[in-house]
Amino acid sequence: METKSVMIVGVGGQGSLLASRLLGNVLLAQGYDVKVSEVHGMSQRGGSVVTYVRFGDKVYSPVIDKGEADYIISFELLEAARYVEYLKPHGHIVVNTQQIDPMPVITGNAVYPENLVEKMKASGAEVEAFDALAVAEEAGSSKAVNIALLGRLSKKFEFTEEQWLDALEKCVPPKFLELNKKAFALGRNS
Amino acid sequence: MKKLLLGNAAFARGLYEGGCKFISSYPGTPSTEITEEAAKYDEIYAEWAPNEKVAMEAAIGASIAGARSFCGMKHVGLNVAADPLYTAGYTGVNAGMVIAVADDQGMHSSQNEQDSRHHAIASKVPMLEPSDSTECKEFVKLAFELSEQYDAPFIVRMSTRVAHSQSIVELEDRQELELKPYEKTPQKFVMMPAYAKGRHVFVEERTKKLTEYAETSPLNRVEISDKAEFGVITNGAAYQYVKEALGDKASVLKLGMVNPLPVKLIQDFAAKYEQVYVIEELDGIIEEHCRNIGVNNVKGKEIFGYIGELPQSVIAEKLLGEKKDFAALDENIPVRPPVMCAGCPHRGLFYCLKKLGVTVSGDIGCYTLGAAAPLNAIDTTICMGASISGLHGFNKARGAESEHKTVAVIGDSTFMHSGMTGLVNIAYNNSNSTVIILDNSITGMTGHQQNPTTGKNLKGDPAAAVNLEELCKAIGIKRVRVTDPYKLAETEAAIKEELVADEASVIISRRPCALLKYVKHNPPFKVNADKCVGCKQCMKLGCPAISMRDGKAVIDHTQCVGCGICKEQCKLGAIE
Repeated sequence: METKSVMIVGVGGQGSLLASRLLGNVLLAQGYDVKVSEVHGMSQRGGSVVTYVRFGDKVYSPVIDKGEADYIISFELLEAARYVEYLKPHGHIVVNTQQIDPMPVITGNAVYPENLVEKMKASGAEVEAFDALAVAEEAGSSKAVNIALLGRLSKKFEFTEEQWLDALEKCVPPKFLELNKKAFALGRNS
Repeated sequence: MKKLLLGNAAFARGLYEGGCKFISSYPGTPSTEITEEAAKYDEIYAEWAPNEKVAMEAAIGASIAGARSFCGMKHVGLNVAADPLYTAGYTGVNAGMVIAVADDQGMHSSQNEQDSRHHAIASKVPMLEPSDSTECKEFVKLAFELSEQYDAPFIVRMSTRVAHSQSIVELEDRQELELKPYEKTPQKFVMMPAYAKGRHVFVEERTKKLTEYAETSPLNRVEISDKAEFGVITNGAAYQYVKEALGDKASVLKLGMVNPLPVKLIQDFAAKYEQVYVIEELDGIIEEHCRNIGVNNVKGKEIFGYIGELPQSVIAEKLLGEKKDFAALDENIPVRPPVMCAGCPHRGLFYCLKKLGVTVSGDIGCYTLGAAAPLNAIDTTICMGASISGLHGFNKARGAESEHKTVAVIGDSTFMHSGMTGLVNIAYNNSNSTVIILDNSITGMTGHQQNPTTGKNLKGDPAAAVNLEELCKAIGIKRVRVTDPYKLAETEAAIKEELVADEASVIISRRPCALLKYVKHNPPFKVNADKCVGCKQCMKLGCPAISMRDGKAVIDHTQCVGCGICKEQCKLGAIE
């Protein structure tokens, strides 16, 4: 199988590390070669963060360049727009419609662009936009945005819900498992 | 069992399987998780040291005592530990010793982009460089064996992409080793001139033997492709990019041992092709070596340069002329730089410094973000500890004119690392300097590591805690006071008073990091839209939880932790 590439993007602190670990473990359990590239340190502090997940028969590079991603999962609307260039032509975007102002917008030096979902669609991307924050809060915590989004992405893969939940159990501490299972199911079925 | 492991976790697994008994490190992105993960194995003693020099010396001591030992650090940490490194290269080891140095190509989280291979060459210490998690584990185990066989500490060079990428690793059992016997051998371990001269002869002989080893070592691998149009010599993360970009269009010599480099292996490989490209991130060390050994059909830096990473797109474009199709949005996307978190105790302090127009000598940590808009409060940042020593020099150079309007800011962990000695210099050489220790009770930027001020050790057990107030007084600073950065008026008053004072002073701005699990948060604040006039005074704080909507401030309840500095800042009482 040719290597597939998934980018997980968002704002530092939104939980992209857990999302990439979950996806990586699902793929590992299905027998794929997998590489996951994370960002730690300085960029985690509220900055734009990118995690790469690549899988296939044999994966070499852990990073994804412009025009290479099959899927982008974005925890925040502006971040999806920022990384549209990384998508293959007609690639898929799953995006949380939540907006978090970056510092230049907060300080009044820039404007948060409007109608980004429509603009991303016009660029040729297949876009699924939904309010993952509302889904996460319905599941019990705003912190579960990451898992709600993966729930929605999971529909695009052939794996069963059980296979995803098995991987979730390996990645999440027991006391947060029920919350995350609920967020996953709500995301998958929303 | 197969597991998806971060390069750093695989490195830690290699330490475990390789029978490592002793670890001493100082955290630094992207090296930190090696030590954190290794500390989870009960069979290994692991600690955070106050700095990399102390860590390396402790690891040398453990090796001399007969235990396989390890110390880990980021690239700039190796500069701090360079002193013991260069002489440990002479003494060699008793039990095996491995040093991790993690370079940060692309400067994802660092103040420079140095290539640590230069340290290996200059110190004549051998260096290995893995390309994925499996190699991290295997190279570490082999490094212990080679360390004992060749009587040298071994450096394993990591990079951000290898350290922070997960790939699949096969787990194996630990090799449990007895302590090696310790025998007093001053001619090997006492490095005074008479003995060191003998050891230098040994080091030169050792390098010759290691070069012979490099010719046939499994660490260096030739991958011949029948369809190859040219050859590529590469190392580390770049190997993966080469394979991704070029596939079977190139034959590859992958160098897993980057110091010393083989000679005949490279000559024979290069002789097979009309053109050979050296694809190495940062400096042209392999390329220069090629020219030194008479291999002149190589190109490298003239094509790829010295800066940043060399991902597959760069290689495909430069060597094959290929570019991927993609669609860009015709839209101005605002940048999203890292910021201090909502509730960060550093914010209040930097707001006061900015308001007072103070010149700020900065340091390394989360609080370096005080240099970013809208606070723009930092004038200089060089390296760990330089805030305090730099302030001293600045004040001595400019005298009274700067003494009353210049401060140093340094975190608790950085102060213990190398700030203390700068403070000794201030006291000893009598400069009227004002130092602010930002004590957030943790090592923040690298992800919450304990340090000598926190009262806990790496394993989370109770430990002696340095009392910063008493320490500063013992150093000779008479004016030492503590403030709470959540209280703007109190903090501003303290800074003003200490700047006016005619002797050195230390302000400890104390409040635990808002992300610490034990920190209890207040309920989020809300803006009363009836009282808010949209004056944007609260926006001057640069809090990511506050934004403007329709001319009024709003507070994001998912981010706000109720620190209250915006409430103090709002003179209209609109924040409730």
